Amino acid sequence: MENKLIISPSPHIHGGDSISKNMYGVLIALVPAFLVSLYYFGLGALIVTAVSVLSCVIIEYLIQKFLRKQEPTIWDGSAILTGVLLAFNLPSNLPVWIVIIGALAAIGIGKMPFGGLGSNIFNPALIGRVFLLISFPAQMTTWPVPEALSTHYMDAETGATVLSLIKGGTNNLPSYADMALGNMGGSLGEVSAIALLLGLVYMLVRKIITWHIPVAIIGTVAIFTGIMHGVAPYTYANPAVHLLSGGLLLGAIFMATDYVTSPMSKAGMIVYGIGIGVLTTVIRLFGSYPEGVSFAIIIMNALTPLINSYIKPKHFGGK
Amino acid sequence: MLRTFRIGGIHPPENKLSAGKKITPLAIPEQVIIPLSQHIGAPAQAVVKKGDVVKVGTLIGKSGGFVSANIHSSVSGKVNKIDNAIDASGYKRSAIYIDVEGDEWEESIDRSNQLAKTCALSAKEIIDKITEAGIVGMGGATFPTQVKLMPPPGNKAEVLIINAAECEPYLTSDHSLMMEKGEETLCGISILMKAIEVDKAVIGIEKNKPDAISHFENLAKEYKGIEVMPLKSRYPQGGEKQLIDAVIRRQVKSGSLPISVGAVVQNVGTAYAVYEAVQKNKPLIERVVTVTGKNVSNASNLLVRIGTPISKLIDAAGGLPVNTGKIIGGGPMMGKALISTEVPVTKGSSGILLLSEAEAVRKPMYNCIRCAKCVNVCPMGLNPTLLMDATEFSNWELAEKNNIVDCIECGSCSYTCPANRVLLDYIRLGKGKVMGIIRARKS
Repeated sequence: MENKLIISPSPHIHGGDSISKNMYGVLIALVPAFLVSLYYFGLGALIVTAVSVLSCVIIEYLIQKFLRKQEPTIWDGSAILTGVLLAFNLPSNLPVWIVIIGALAAIGIGKMPFGGLGSNIFNPALIGRVFLLISFPAQMTTWPVPEALSTHYMDAETGATVLSLIKGGTNNLPSYADMALGNMGGSLGEVSAIALLLGLVYMLVRKIITWHIPVAIIGTVAIFTGIMHGVAPYTYANPAVHLLSGGLLLGAIFMATDYVTSPMSKAGMIVYGIGIGVLTTVIRLFGSYPEGVSFAIIIMNALTPLINSYIKPKHFGGK
Repeated sequence: MLRTFRIGGIHPPENKLSAGKKITPLAIPEQVIIPLSQHIGAPAQAVVKKGDVVKVGTLIGKSGGFVSANIHSSVSGKVNKIDNAIDASGYKRSAIYIDVEGDEWEESIDRSNQLAKTCALSAKEIIDKITEAGIVGMGGATFPTQVKLMPPPGNKAEVLIINAAECEPYLTSDHSLMMEKGEETLCGISILMKAIEVDKAVIGIEKNKPDAISHFENLAKEYKGIEVMPLKSRYPQGGEKQLIDAVIRRQVKSGSLPISVGAVVQNVGTAYAVYEAVQKNKPLIERVVTVTGKNVSNASNLLVRIGTPISKLIDAAGGLPVNTGKIIGGGPMMGKALISTEVPVTKGSSGILLLSEAEAVRKPMYNCIRCAKCVNVCPMGLNPTLLMDATEFSNWELAEKNNIVDCIECGSCSYTCPANRVLLDYIRLGKGKVMGIIRARKS
């Protein structure tokens, strides 16, 4: 035998999982929500998503190639995913230049300075969103009203979201069916509960994520808002409204479950999820912002290293 | 619901290509190389010298301590030399080379196929015979069997657990042995029960071997106290601690022995070897070896004399495929990559697996994305990526605090990692280092 034998330690086989399989898997899970946003927000949704994805990928490529002088890894899918998630957190009438600034913040501040995929402390897409929310509060909080297959972009008619309606104490809310389908104002990817839940089921079946984080967040918000609604039903909306409105499901299913910025042990994931649920509810009910999911996730991202060092996986044999 | 162990685990493609193949005796080679270290513990001491004439079953290496095992000649002929030979570990270690002449056996060995069911010996006599026959754990760990049968004072065994999980992909040596030597194996199990004075034995078999399960269930009806427990197919179920957890729902604590939860675990192949040793006076001189691989033309289960170079086994299975990139002694998850085809078969050789170059090359490694999949699959409940980092940065304190020494080196973490990180390579390194530090601190 002329060719030499390969010597390496065990194991000698690999299961075939890869970073890109997971990233593209999440992207597939986001397809239903994207289709719904195309339906309700039309052209605007398409433009904002395309610009966000393209800018994230190009910015990551440029930083890797020229600043970090490394082989670009844009095809691993993580920059595309950040782009989609950022877009999903934006109103569909946001001007292109603001979207590009958001992408720059997401990749250029949230991801690459820490060392790229795997090293970032905060979810990059949320860094982008919060950066824009603080910098452009007016543009970031005027949402278009849904209009089937709309061809409007920045000229779309705007209106309030469910969360700002209940903050103002009005009771003129969309029906539960509209909220579940996504026929309401909001960021372009967050509106349809059904589409987002479909994505969750897909990711659970493919074992891309486990149930712990989404269930902990959704459960905590349901319980917390349920108690508050029970105490003061006219001041606080019922849990169903809280679960179906705003970015809760998008955040719980797709943003909080980001591998890099969430805890590694199951118990840690539960604690992290409860933390997000509590913070979200506190901001929604008592804060000045109508929505708190982004802030809640970012705060818990910061606590993730601490959770990891205190809450270990269940050790064989106890101890 | 079938039982399995309760933490982590994976289910790699089984690829049991040689399942259902009859055990075929392999021709005796012209020369055997019998290493003096075929077990965990002290090497055996050679008791023959160049030119000595030996028969099949002649003692050629005497146990070198409490944790050690006798070595017997697997052939008849003349000792050619005692010299270093490369074994499965990749190191050169002392071995006895014997030139084969004929096939003459020691007279004390009963070579008939007659089933010898009754055993009137006492526990001590059984253990003495097992010690004499040089039996070690046949699943691959090669721990001297008699040591496990003599629990430290103050411990009492409650149950004998027979490891017939064979959870490693590709391997079928235990499976084929169970199908063809079922009666003998059950008899061996009852002898082991007698040796450790328990009245209960449970045979754990994964459900991917339904024929073995039903065969053993039928046979076990005639034996009091022996139960067959089908288990969910899950790797690493054949790990001692995992199997105990699966079968009796007790977890052996870190640093403790199985006897601390009342269990003694023996491999199913070991039970067969015990039968042969006790009932037939036959020392451990041959074993069933699976030769397999996707490109192997005739994947086989061969009955091989200890010391046979693996090249002979590969020839018997249709020859070495042209694109072979890696030869593994054992299974793909825990086996060792061999550095030549002249490595001899030893007591712990359960299989020879040939992987093509394409299968053998590792993919490039990326940064950890902290997906926690390694954490989810670790059967010991460790955090593999943390342990790898600790090792990479020589942070032994952190590694020890996070129980690196509990790693059983099953490889589930590396197998699962989507970033192709070589988690176990580092953890193995760090584990050795930390164990050294702990030893130094104790002395």
